[in-house]
Amino acid sequence: MALELPENVVVSRLDELASWCRKNSLWPMPFATACCGIELMATGAAKHDLARFGAEVFRFSPRQCDLMIVAGRVAMKMLPVLQRIWLQMHEPKWCISMGACASTGGVFDTYAVVQGIDRFIPVDMYVPGCPPRPEQLIQAIIDLQDKIQREGTITGREFDTRERQLRKRALVEAVGPLSIDAARNPVIQRELRFPRT
Amino acid sequence: MTTDQPSTADILDTLVARFPGLETSAYRGQTRIVVGEPASLEVLSFLAAAGFDLLVDVTCVDYLEYRGATRRYGLVYLLASTVTPRRLTVRVFVDDPEPTVRSVVGVWRSADWLEREVWDMFGIHFIGHPDLRRLMMPEQFTAHPLRKDYPLQGRGERHNFPVLTREDG
Repeated sequence: MALELPENVVVSRLDELASWCRKNSLWPMPFATACCGIELMATGAAKHDLARFGAEVFRFSPRQCDLMIVAGRVAMKMLPVLQRIWLQMHEPKWCISMGACASTGGVFDTYAVVQGIDRFIPVDMYVPGCPPRPEQLIQAIIDLQDKIQREGTITGREFDTRERQLRKRALVEAVGPLSIDAARNPVIQRELRFPRT
Repeated sequence: MTTDQPSTADILDTLVARFPGLETSAYRGQTRIVVGEPASLEVLSFLAAAGFDLLVDVTCVDYLEYRGATRRYGLVYLLASTVTPRRLTVRVFVDDPEPTVRSVVGVWRSADWLEREVWDMFGIHFIGHPDLRRLMMPEQFTAHPLRKDYPLQGRGERHNFPVLTREDG
């Protein structure tokens, strides 16, 4: 059926329109714990100008952000904080693991450093490097924009990825004497209140 | 700087006269005292009264499997004087199974967090400490990671967290 459209009218799907709006207005939450954070600041500053990609407004409140950039190593004392901030961010939200430490633990293969944040929170994009240059981070943001445009839906169906996350189950069995104080752990408390089916 | 302060050698003479059996040594102008545990608090209090009014650091060395070592933990107290340019090292050796010394928080307030750090990292009990909690590791942590028999990569504590999925929020 041929449909006569007036000039300057474009037809699209609602999903694509929503994704187009979202991808061009990312609000990063800078979770910067180490030298990657310096490159993150350089990315947002005048020379590299993250504003060209609509992601220059860094907010330090997770309630106002939809893109968490984890830049730097995450100590095991910091991980509950990271998870809490991730839970405080509103959907739809994405996560970039920036640099070797955030992605794998990097050179810090010690008792105190988490060996990759993707063991414990979902990650959309990994940026290699130690630290990565701003161009690499910008490339990751461009790739993330492509991903949002390609997979995004207005209802967020693309986030139903439980099976994919479960495959990365961390090595909880290896633990010996450590006991987690469940009464003080907000994540565990939440788990108890809203058990997974 | 006042000139009527006694010299380090004078203080050491008085100290050895008062606590017989103390082992003292000097190397390149640095003086060291080795104290047996029951007397450590008295010796350190004496040194504080004798002019060492600043406790620079409290730390510890684990001599497990160290060549020639007879005792496992060697505590190090670094003392200094803010009036005269004078420094002193005091060593206190303790052993397993329950390495214990008496706290010097009552003598120097700066010992508070220093002793908490040694407790956290080496598991040395400080009797009389007002608030002996971990300083660096999380409260749930049970090991003392700077002991030589603790593996560098830990015992799995760094992986003992719940996993968040997309559906969690």
